[in-house]
Amino acid sequence: MTRISLNSKKIETIKEICASFGNKPSEIINILHKVQGALGFLPKEVQEVISEEIRMPVAQIYGIVSFYSFFSMKPKGEHPISVCLGTACYVRDSEKVLDEFKRQLGVGIGELTDDGKFSLDCLRCVGACGLAPVALVGEKVYGRITPAQVKDIIAEYRDK
Amino acid sequence: MEKMINLTIDGIKLQVPKGTTILKAARSIGIDIPTLCHYELKGQGIENRPGSCRVCMVEVEGKGNLAAACATNVSEGMVVKTHTLRVIMARRTVVDLMLSDHPSDCLICPQSGKCELQKLAIDLGLREVTYAGEKSEYRIDVSPAIIRDMNKCVMCRRCETVCNSLQTVGSLSAIDRGFKAVVGTAFEQDLSKSTCVMCGQCVQACPVGALSEVDNTRQVMSAISNPKKTVIVQTAPAVRVAIGEEFGMKPGSRVTGKMVAALRMLGFDYVFDTDFAADLTIMEEGTEMLQRISKFIQGDKSVKLPIMTSCCPGWVNFFETYYPDMLDIPSTAKSPMQMFGAIAKTYWAERLGISREDLVVVSIMPCVAKKYECQRDEFKTNGNPDVDYSLTTRELADMIKLLNISFSDLQEEDFDRPLGESTGAAVIFGATGGVIEAATRTAYELFTKKELGKVDFTELRGLAGVREATVDFDGTPIHIGIAHGLGNARKLLDKVRKGETMFHAIEIMACPGGCVGGAGQPYHHGDFSKVEKRLQAIYEEDAAKTLRKSHENPYIQSLYKDYLGEPCGEKAHKLLHTIYFDKSAKIEETEE
Repeated sequence: MTRISLNSKKIETIKEICASFGNKPSEIINILHKVQGALGFLPKEVQEVISEEIRMPVAQIYGIVSFYSFFSMKPKGEHPISVCLGTACYVRDSEKVLDEFKRQLGVGIGELTDDGKFSLDCLRCVGACGLAPVALVGEKVYGRITPAQVKDIIAEYRDK
Repeated sequence: MEKMINLTIDGIKLQVPKGTTILKAARSIGIDIPTLCHYELKGQGIENRPGSCRVCMVEVEGKGNLAAACATNVSEGMVVKTHTLRVIMARRTVVDLMLSDHPSDCLICPQSGKCELQKLAIDLGLREVTYAGEKSEYRIDVSPAIIRDMNKCVMCRRCETVCNSLQTVGSLSAIDRGFKAVVGTAFEQDLSKSTCVMCGQCVQACPVGALSEVDNTRQVMSAISNPKKTVIVQTAPAVRVAIGEEFGMKPGSRVTGKMVAALRMLGFDYVFDTDFAADLTIMEEGTEMLQRISKFIQGDKSVKLPIMTSCCPGWVNFFETYYPDMLDIPSTAKSPMQMFGAIAKTYWAERLGISREDLVVVSIMPCVAKKYECQRDEFKTNGNPDVDYSLTTRELADMIKLLNISFSDLQEEDFDRPLGESTGAAVIFGATGGVIEAATRTAYELFTKKELGKVDFTELRGLAGVREATVDFDGTPIHIGIAHGLGNARKLLDKVRKGETMFHAIEIMACPGGCVGGAGQPYHHGDFSKVEKRLQAIYEEDAAKTLRKSHENPYIQSLYKDYLGEPCGEKAHKLLHTIYFDKSAKIEETEE
């Protein structure tokens, strides 16, 4: 028997989002998108509640969450950092930029810093190939960055 | 009228309805195209054809690429070649690639000899694995009934389809992506912690050794060879019409006598029959059914209907997980296997003058879920289970092979008495609709106080997923519902929950076809006609019996007289009835 517990406010939020999509299993991608937007990430408790609301097996929901790299089961930092490893960025050395972020923050891909300020991820193309290599902090795009600039970018957010 | 399509396969001209796949068109004229991911339970509305394994590729004239026969519909004037050199080489490459990420421990794999991938590799004459590459690594997950070794998974997704579409359980889903993609549970938790009801249809569907049942044959062998233990065995009705297949006999061969002889040779001290306990089940469940229906007809509002059968452990797990609001509707009668165990460890142990700890009860079941059922705490006394080990039909066949017994040459023998005597009503427990037919035979006579002219209730038989029938109890119409396969059970239950249809009684079996199509039966590899033949054999076995109504079993009559008292009486209730638990997922709200 699965027993899970979750904050009642969060449950309310999830229920509202599911209801706004008519509690339809066919809307699962949209629902997950919105719920992640509202709660930051999709831990298993959250997936269980969605499963209950839209009557879709939680294994299938987990199948979707684990398939798409956009969805995360781990909490994101206050300032989520994503480095593009798409083809254009990659050939312009974005991997070195990513390595510098790892070194400066002391975390690996998909991890969160101890103070909860930053999380690090990589992604594939944000549609700004002309600015390659590209990194995102939150929704702000940084283009043509070099490893040397990484320290300054982090500093911008350190005390925010 | 259906539009017909003309095409040519391997030089043979044929006409098939529009929408037919190349695979089915070829099979309709006896041309066999090998498959792996394709799995169909014909007539049960289940077909898995993701077109992902590419083993069924064929050449279509005028098309550059080879086409997957299972996923390509025929078109007018199509010319198909199923076994050209190009096709065969492509199939070999496909299987070669599958083997590059497959453990090569075939000699000691539980599926060895029955594995569809192994058969393909043999048929295609593979002599080396060309592509050495990375291997997947997954932990082996052992539940009380099922073992999952995903290192052997070929991603055919047959298990996923039966779990979701046939059974609507939804424990299994494709998870992750790319090389890491695999069929798994939510959050990759243990199967036993998921919503799995252990029906085992995934095991029946798995073409390789990724899913198998827990093997209890060694424990049974060691109990048999322990001189301090008295080891008795009971066999479920569906086993006797299926086990012959393991020894090359035709599906539907009735081998009851040979099976009994083999069990004696294996060293069991007494060879008894679960059918005896099935007659006992009818006495209890039939009485309970009659009491509830009589009260209902008299206008007693406290009585809940329909009464539902409770013989099937996959079904019990299913309603405990998904219908916790309806726990008071199923009959409280234990399954025949557990009734047998309860009687064996009390009545029979007392008669032998031995303690229950020195009596080992083994059951041979067409079922995987029975392995879990016999471990349930409510079926134990001071930690000692009523049924010690439950083996599948396949495991019994393995034991017979282990002892080099030439099964098909055995002389027929008869079950021991008293726990081996049974009626035709008990035999039909192995077929969908059988339990309710058996209950009807007894309930009719008890209710009307008249003798039945004809014991065959053909309106309750058949293979439609959900069936409804009305039986005339001498002027009182009794409405009966039947479902097999848990997806069909869900359809029927939702009708009951919404109050759409009124039933007096409902029979549900978790596996398609009932126990004859059980997960513990010889693998049918998606050939459902084998299950249909077993079903026919069950009714032949019933017709061949002299006694065909449970309450006429003389040993059942004396069991009540000498030991139990009245059906549903105090002692019968204590030994033969059970309780159910709410196993649904629970979400607790916290303020934090």
